[in-house]
Parts: sequence; structure tokens; C-alpha cells
Amino acid sequence: MTGSTGSTAVEITGLKKSFGDLEVLRDIDLVVQRGEVVCIIGPSGSGKSTMLRCVNLLEEPTGGKIVVEGVELTDPDVDIDAARRRIGMVFQSFNLFSHLRVLDNLTIAQRKVLKRGKAEAEEVALRNLERVGLLDKAHALPGQLSGGQQQRVAIARALSMDPEVMLFDEPTSALDPELVGDVLAVMRQLADEGMTMLVVTHEMQFAREVADKVLFMDGGYVVEQGPAERVIGDPQHERTKTFLARVLNPNHLGTDA
Amino acid sequence: MALSKRKRAQVFRGAQYGLLVLVVLVVALVADWGEIKRAFFNLDIAASMFPGVITIALKNTIVYTALGFGFGLALGLVLALMKLSSVAPYRWIATIYIEFFRGVPALLVFIALSFGVPLAFQLQFDIYSTVMLALGIVGAAYMAETIRAGLQAVPKGQVEAARSLGMSQGRAMISIVIPQAFRIVLPPLTNELILLTKDSSLIYIIGLARDQYELTKFGRETLSRSPSLTPILVVGLCYLIITLPLGYLSRYLERRTGGKKVSSPESTGLGVSA
Repeated sequence: MTGSTGSTAVEITGLKKSFGDLEVLRDIDLVVQRGEVVCIIGPSGSGKSTMLRCVNLLEEPTGGKIVVEGVELTDPDVDIDAARRRIGMVFQSFNLFSHLRVLDNLTIAQRKVLKRGKAEAEEVALRNLERVGLLDKAHALPGQLSGGQQQRVAIARALSMDPEVMLFDEPTSALDPELVGDVLAVMRQLADEGMTMLVVTHEMQFAREVADKVLFMDGGYVVEQGPAERVIGDPQHERTKTFLARVLNPNHLGTDA
Repeated sequence: MALSKRKRAQVFRGAQYGLLVLVVLVVALVADWGEIKRAFFNLDIAASMFPGVITIALKNTIVYTALGFGFGLALGLVLALMKLSSVAPYRWIATIYIEFFRGVPALLVFIALSFGVPLAFQLQFDIYSTVMLALGIVGAAYMAETIRAGLQAVPKGQVEAARSLGMSQGRAMISIVIPQAFRIVLPPLTNELILLTKDSSLIYIIGLARDQYELTKFGRETLSRSPSLTPILVVGLCYLIITLPLGYLSRYLERRTGGKKVSSPESTGLGVSA
């Protein structure tokens, strides 16, 4: 909730994306201010991950315009590698480089992309490992870590590039339930420090407590968006209500459809 | 009489052991052991082969194989990348190359390089270049397919993570994909090295000076001066000195990469999940 300077970090206008005949995103508009935390919720297949992946062009939009920190990513002549340096991404399946130790996972892009020296890169890496509470794992291989630890390393890896925006694609969905809390705690701390964050998640509690804005997506549209307490606490749309009832009350009868 | 299933299995297994014992007995009785000993185990002839068989022949076999493998690995990597290229002609060229050199005997390549290419292009290769090119050209065809499979086995998420950190396509390939692919293909590449070790014997076709002999040529040369097949047995054992450890290495690497998870859990798979 801090540091909203009033300037725009991410601006999405008329975003469309199709895979062949399948229209995944139909017409998305979204403005994210600097320092804002936006949570994107919705049933699977609603297009929320695809939307997030369009924000750093891991998916090529079929139409529309995406501007991140003043750079239009949808411009065909944009230097996409330069633009991605400023956008951190955290994946559902962590995607740590499995052949590199934790420290090297954090330094390789700093050194090869940002051309930082070894000493500086390692200093930055260790600082970020400390932020996520895994300083002691610097020399472990990813395969030796639990899922929750891997995801925190993945967050530290993204942070080591000093990004201006962080994207989280269902960061806790692949984790055992007891490991979810550690990752959410790191994300909460990041939000408190004023990081601009777009988070696709099923963690309603997190969305309610941390998000400045919540988007509910379904069928490739943004059905409803607004402050967290309104979208989650008092949804206006029928589809939002049905979805939230199922997610918040999964044991309730009538959740089979 | 109706035997139970279990009884029948017992009788059948007994018959198998019986057959084995019978064959061993017949061979032992029929064989002329004295003749066999003279033919294969003549210790004097074996002794006369040392130290040359090690210092010249074994050394040369290893050097020739290493040269061919090194060149073949580099060329194989290039071919594998061509096969995965988005430029269609590169894919065609790689496919034609692989199909051609996998399909023709290695001996033909040795002959072509030793006699045909020097005539056609006015080039004169020394023995090291010839063996490196010939073994490498053939080996690359096999290794290219192995490496291509390895490159494709690296999870897509690894490239996505690298690209999201701002790495270019080429940088992600060099720093992330190729190192991981090589860990995956190390066991099959070790097998490829074993095959090349044996194919290095084909260099005899260009005619060798004594200090250029590799194992097979050295064995045949000794054979022509001795009344016994012992030299063949000796050089055969020398090949095993190279290939058996490689075989163990390959199986060890296979266990290691097979036992440990190479990839991070890829639960979403394709990027279509929303």
C-alpha cells in the first residue's frame, strides 16, 4: 500500500491473444500504478496466466498495446531483452537452472546480461538471498531444496536484476500446503517495500490482505476489478460470486460443476 | 499326467540348465586344447609385442579416437542446432548430412578422404587430419541426433526463465540449454565414444608407418610374422582396456542422471494453461 507515486508502471490496452482458433484473451485493459499490487484471480482457463505472460512478451499478443515503464513492448522494433531486464518473473514451477548452484542461478544473468563483475554480482545475490531467508543455501543445487525454498530462490533471482515490476504466475500452486506460507511472507514483504507486483493467484487471503487491486477474469475478459475488499468481500457479478463461493468454501455442496 | 503350473516351470528350468551343461561338455571334449593354446595363448609372441603394443598402438588408438570424437562432437553440436533451426534450408542440410553419413560404412569415408579428396581438391592431409575428419564426419552424424534429442529434453521453462531475465535466445542456448543438454546426453555420448574407438582401426586403409600403427594394424602386422593368433587376442584385450571403463562410466552416468531429477517439476507443461 506504499509508495504510489501516481505514475503508471504497466498499461495494457485492448490486449487480445489467440492460440489458433482459441481466443484466450478477448479485450483486456489494465493500468497498474507504480508500487501497486494487483492480484488476478479466476477459474483455470480464464486467461489470467496468459495475460501475465503477455506483460513480458513470453506470449506474443495477437492484438493490443502493452507499455511497461514507458516502453511499448508491442512495438515490433522494441529491444525485448532490454525491456525484460526490468520485469522480474516468477513461475509456478520455479524454473531454477538445475545445473547451477543457487548462487550461480542468481549471478548468471547479472553477469551475462547486466555485465556486472563477479564480486558485485555475488554481493547483490547474497543480499537478495538474505532477503528471502536462504543465505545458508547459496551453494546448494536446486534439486536439494524444497519447493518452497526453490520458489524463494526464484524470487531472489528475479530481484537480483533490480526489476521495476515483478510478475508472479501462480507462485504457490505447485507447493505443498505447509510451504506456501514462507513464499507468501516473502511476497508480502516485497509488497510492503513498494514493489510493483502483478500476481496470478488462488490465495484469496493473500489477495485480500496485500492487493491494492483485484481483477477477476473469466473467459478471456476482465469481469470485475477494484479494491480487494470490494471484489472479494462484496462481488457485484454473478460469475465472481459463484467462483468465490467455490474457492472460499470448497467443501460446500454444489461445487461439482 | 497333468503337472501343475509350478511343476512344469521347475521341469522347464531344469531342462535349460541341462542343455547348458551338455553344450559346455561337448565343446570341452571336442575342442583340441593344445591347438587352441598354440593358436591363441603363445606367451612368447605375446611378450614380444610389448612394449610397442602399449606405447605405440594403444596410444595411437586413443589419440586417433580423441581427435575424431572432439571434431565429431563439435560438428554434431552444429548439426543438432541446424536441425532445430527456424531456417528451413539449415534443417534440410542437417537432415541430408545425418541420413547420408549414418547410412554409409565408415570405411568408405576413410577411403574418400585418403584418396578422393586429395585428388579432387589438391589437398594433402596428414594422418591426424585424416583420422580426425573421417571419424569426426561419421561420428557427428550419430552424435547430432543424440544431441538434438538432449537439447529438446531440456524443459521449456528453463528457456522461459532465462529469457525473462533478459537473456537473448543465443545467450540462453549457450548458458542454460546446452550445458543441461550435455548432462542429459553424456551416457549415450560415451557409447558413441566406444564405437569410435573401434572405428579408429579403419585408418589402416591409408597405409601407415610403424610409429603410426593403431591396435588392429599392430596386431595384424605381428600376426603376419608369427604362426599364432595370439597378437589378435592381445590387441583385443587392449581395446577392452579402453572400452570397459567407458562402458562402466556410461552406466554410472546413466544411473546418476536417471536417479536424480534433471528438471524442475513441470506441472503446467505447455504455456497455454491460464
